[in-house]
Amino acid sequence: MSDIKKDRKKNYLNPYMGGVLLGLVLLAANYIAGRGLGASGAVKSVVVTAVTTIAPSAAENSGFIKEYRESHKGNPMKSWLVFQMAGVIVGGFLSGALSGRLELKVEHSPKITSRKRLLLALAGGILFGFGSQLGRGCTSGAALSGMAVLSLGGFVTMMAIFGTGFALAYFFRKNWI
Amino acid sequence: MGPLAVNEIISENTNLFLAFLIGIGFGFVLEASGFSSSRKLAGVFYGYDMVVLKVFFTAAITGMTGLLLFSLFGWIDLSLVYVNPLYVTSAITGGVIMGGGFILGGYCPGTSFCGASIGKIDAMVFIAGLFIGVALFAAGYGWFEDLYMAAFKGDPKISTSLKMSDGVFVLLVILIALAMFWIAEIVEEKFPREEY
Repeated sequence: MSDIKKDRKKNYLNPYMGGVLLGLVLLAANYIAGRGLGASGAVKSVVVTAVTTIAPSAAENSGFIKEYRESHKGNPMKSWLVFQMAGVIVGGFLSGALSGRLELKVEHSPKITSRKRLLLALAGGILFGFGSQLGRGCTSGAALSGMAVLSLGGFVTMMAIFGTGFALAYFFRKNWI
Repeated sequence: MGPLAVNEIISENTNLFLAFLIGIGFGFVLEASGFSSSRKLAGVFYGYDMVVLKVFFTAAITGMTGLLLFSLFGWIDLSLVYVNPLYVTSAITGGVIMGGGFILGGYCPGTSFCGASIGKIDAMVFIAGLFIGVALFAAGYGWFEDLYMAAFKGDPKISTSLKMSDGVFVLLVILIALAMFWIAEIVEEKFPREEY
């Protein structure tokens, strides 16, 4: 083991163990609900709810909402993913609390300001939010869950996400390293 | 036989409650593996932290293998399990845009909720961005609809399109994953950084 590894004070799980556990959670989701894990879909549910509540006439004419309603009858907030994401927040908090990682802060490379980091985070979120709609899922719903069921669609989206990340990495390296 | 909700062995409300519990497991494991840190997540693109590759691939092969075994044992009817559909154009363009979002933001939706849950303000801002991005798509849906619906190919499996059985394909993925893990370990030794 190199000295750098011995310096690892953060008590994270061994990643392979984490992966096995995550795979078991994924398996449980498929066994119980007949679907995998996800995330961006919950954001979609909240947006649909917000638009329907705030601007019902716009919602009437919205192709986006019509498309959503084709596969989701009833209250958009009473959705599997919304409940799952509520759990994610609780689970993440519990893990952070148990491991002493709870801290209100902007995480950023010392080479950039926290203001810049926040602008990048906002831009990244906007792109990811938009892209996840086009891609019908994100790294959780399309890539990870897609792979577990051998979905070609999930695989294509996954390759596009990570391929683009790698392709662009050099140009944004100053924000990270 | 699973899937329990689809076979109506459990009620819709039980399914939603279990979704919450599954989410707790999901969030806990993600955070415990370090996915609450944008600097750790971005590391896979620079070689200094390959946690994303290790966790992701391990989870994928565990899930794949688990599903196949469950099917073999008669515990699940795989034909009732959701397989993501393939709309070629939007799958690629959406993925490319998300890839840009990942390298800029250092998070993805699931991990951003994890990061936010332990206090990361950049994760919270990323989440705000997610809502804006989804709303932008919704607002402009008329312009994007054609692209979004183009090149629909059903919900093919990779194994079928490669003319392999599911089992052989999963074995192939396991072998590829093992090779990727070996490479990941070497890469991390080459680019050591502090633990974020």
